[in-house]
Amino acid sequence: MKQFITFIRKEFLHVIRDRKTLLILFGMPIVQILIFGFALTNEIKNSEIVIVDNAKDVASANIITKITASRYFKVSTFLSQNSDMEAEFRKGKIKLAVLFPPHFNEQLVHENRAQIQIIADASDPNTATTLTNYMTSIIQEYQAEINGNNPVPLQIVPEIKMLYNPQLKGAPNFVPGVMALVLMLICVMMTAISIVKEKENGTMEILLVSPFKPIFVIFSKAVPYLLLSLINVSTILLLSIFVLDLPINGSIVLLFLESILFIITCLAIGIFISIKTSSQQIAMLISLMGMMLPTILFSGFMFPVENMPKPLQLISNIVPAKWFYIIVKSIMIKGLGFSAIWKETLILFGMTVFLLIISLKSFKTRLE
Amino acid sequence: MRTMRFLLQKEFRQIFRNRAILIMIMVMPVMQLIILPLAADYEVKNINLAVVDNDHSTYSQKLITTAAASGYFKLSGYRSSYKEALQLIENDDADLILEIPKNFERNLVRENHQQLFIAVNAINGVKAGLGVSYLNTILKNFNADIRLQVQPATKFNTAPLIEITASNWYNPLLDYHTFMVPGILAILITMVGGFLSALNIVKEKEVGTIEQINVSPLKKYHFILGKLIPFWILGNVVFTLGLLIAWLVYGITPQGNILLLYGFIWIYLLAILGFGLLISTFCDTQQQAMFIMFFFMMIFILMGGLFTAIDSMPEWAKYISRFTPVSYLIEVMRMVVLKGSTFKDVLPHFLKIGLFAVVLNVWAVLNYKKTS
Repeated sequence: MKQFITFIRKEFLHVIRDRKTLLILFGMPIVQILIFGFALTNEIKNSEIVIVDNAKDVASANIITKITASRYFKVSTFLSQNSDMEAEFRKGKIKLAVLFPPHFNEQLVHENRAQIQIIADASDPNTATTLTNYMTSIIQEYQAEINGNNPVPLQIVPEIKMLYNPQLKGAPNFVPGVMALVLMLICVMMTAISIVKEKENGTMEILLVSPFKPIFVIFSKAVPYLLLSLINVSTILLLSIFVLDLPINGSIVLLFLESILFIITCLAIGIFISIKTSSQQIAMLISLMGMMLPTILFSGFMFPVENMPKPLQLISNIVPAKWFYIIVKSIMIKGLGFSAIWKETLILFGMTVFLLIISLKSFKTRLE
Repeated sequence: MRTMRFLLQKEFRQIFRNRAILIMIMVMPVMQLIILPLAADYEVKNINLAVVDNDHSTYSQKLITTAAASGYFKLSGYRSSYKEALQLIENDDADLILEIPKNFERNLVRENHQQLFIAVNAINGVKAGLGVSYLNTILKNFNADIRLQVQPATKFNTAPLIEITASNWYNPLLDYHTFMVPGILAILITMVGGFLSALNIVKEKEVGTIEQINVSPLKKYHFILGKLIPFWILGNVVFTLGLLIAWLVYGITPQGNILLLYGFIWIYLLAILGFGLLISTFCDTQQQAMFIMFFFMMIFILMGGLFTAIDSMPEWAKYISRFTPVSYLIEVMRMVVLKGSTFKDVLPHFLKIGLFAVVLNVWAVLNYKKTS
């Protein structure tokens, strides 16, 4: 036991001595949370648009006032010719164009019928759909105003309730994802690299010939990263509570227990990679491409898993981060208890045990 | 000149001897370009809809079938109360609840006015927003239909009506791949260039071979150029590979001039390689270089406007995104590939990325010290 503690102390010194990496390790989650919490919104606003007003009458002026007042749109230019529009689109700033035909008001008043054309830059399909919807509802609002006197019959009024995230903020979706990502990064990549580094430098041989049990050499490498990860989990949670105003709706104890389980899963993966590889660059590549990329892709916080083709959906099931993401989301945001997530927990637990067993099986005390 | 030739020969040998680098050059582009666009499909479809029908009338039935037949929604279940339907949302089996109140049809006909309840799981804001707007459109059409049934239309409009026609330019089918592939290619070039160049000098430091170069009569800028040129060529190879995949797999060919794209990539690669070398000169171990590069990559990818629009960001974030070179590349790629923008349209981007290239490389040369 005393030997084990001495080894852990040695590993801690290794980690603490590398100031630059340590700074990144602690800085990364903070920066990520801030970016995700404040910079990235799924909400679309301040989109630049052009208005081609061929009518220049009361009705078009009224609608334009409504459009400029909306926070979704920023009118960048008024054009008088339809042909200039394409050049504006090509410059890349404009997301939408609104075209009023000549005699707009006249037609509206005399014929009770007039047209407005909306052209969206659909190179980004979702933005185009959303902006077209916003614009349509602004115009319809105007129409309801001029129709004020004769109400529409048989009106269905939908009442909409946004559950869990009424302001449609990005944070509730991202915070659990950032947690999974950061833990994955520290536990898998750092652990794998730090063990392989000893192999590369040749110091591993010295450790293996020491009277200390070889497998404990590996385990003592994992302990500092377990603690670092717990510090990071706490930072992320504190930041999300106090900076992002995103409270933990469920039990904190449960959240920490699940985090520890996931950390151990990640450490097991890291140890497994380190046993199988012999150079730092290969270890980095495997953890980056084999672990980080799938985590970002398949955990569901960046990309909707249910939209993917079936084979990819199947693959997503073997990514541990996916299950952890579901667990964190359920506890933190939906405020559910253990009864809702026992299945996911069991899957993570199974993966961990499996990984630890195959690591132990393939661990060799001799270097080739 | 002769020095340069020998130096380049050495660098190329070193690169091709390393298996990790070859994997990075050949496997990464293929994997990323084939899997990422499939995964990064934000086209919202198959929204799981749970229905609570308290009315069981003809209208309520018709509304539900209209929603289910729209192609956007998948009925995930009927429940008899809101509470039970909420359970479906908690288990992620449903995204949206449509609750039709009792006497929906009767009230609608008699009182000309009736409410409906929609509850949506808004943890994912985009999906929630689009889901609600799809359902709203369906409701509006349904509403117009039953209005027509009750009051057949007259030949002339009785009230002023504004007809809105909407068209989608540059991507009329609203295909998400068309949007993502150019952006992902931009990220790919950045990652390959950044990581390769960042790891390179550091590896020489770690292995100790840098000492041998330091005692040679080689000039500092020779050394940096020797590192830069091979990766610059590799970057072009990766880019060409990427364009081929975009064409063969997704059928995307640039609307604009392809030489314009290459011209921009040439300058961009100088900038991003300069950045990698700069980091390389700051670090002592590969682990450090890797982590620092990873840190910046993350900021580049998130702030570069690939996934969320830069326009929607708050002011301070927009400033930061102006300092990420990749945001210019993503913009240029999308403009030239999708909209066919010309040199005049992207000239400001050229100037800015040129400035990045100069500053980063000069800084890297100045920061590389031959004596430790």
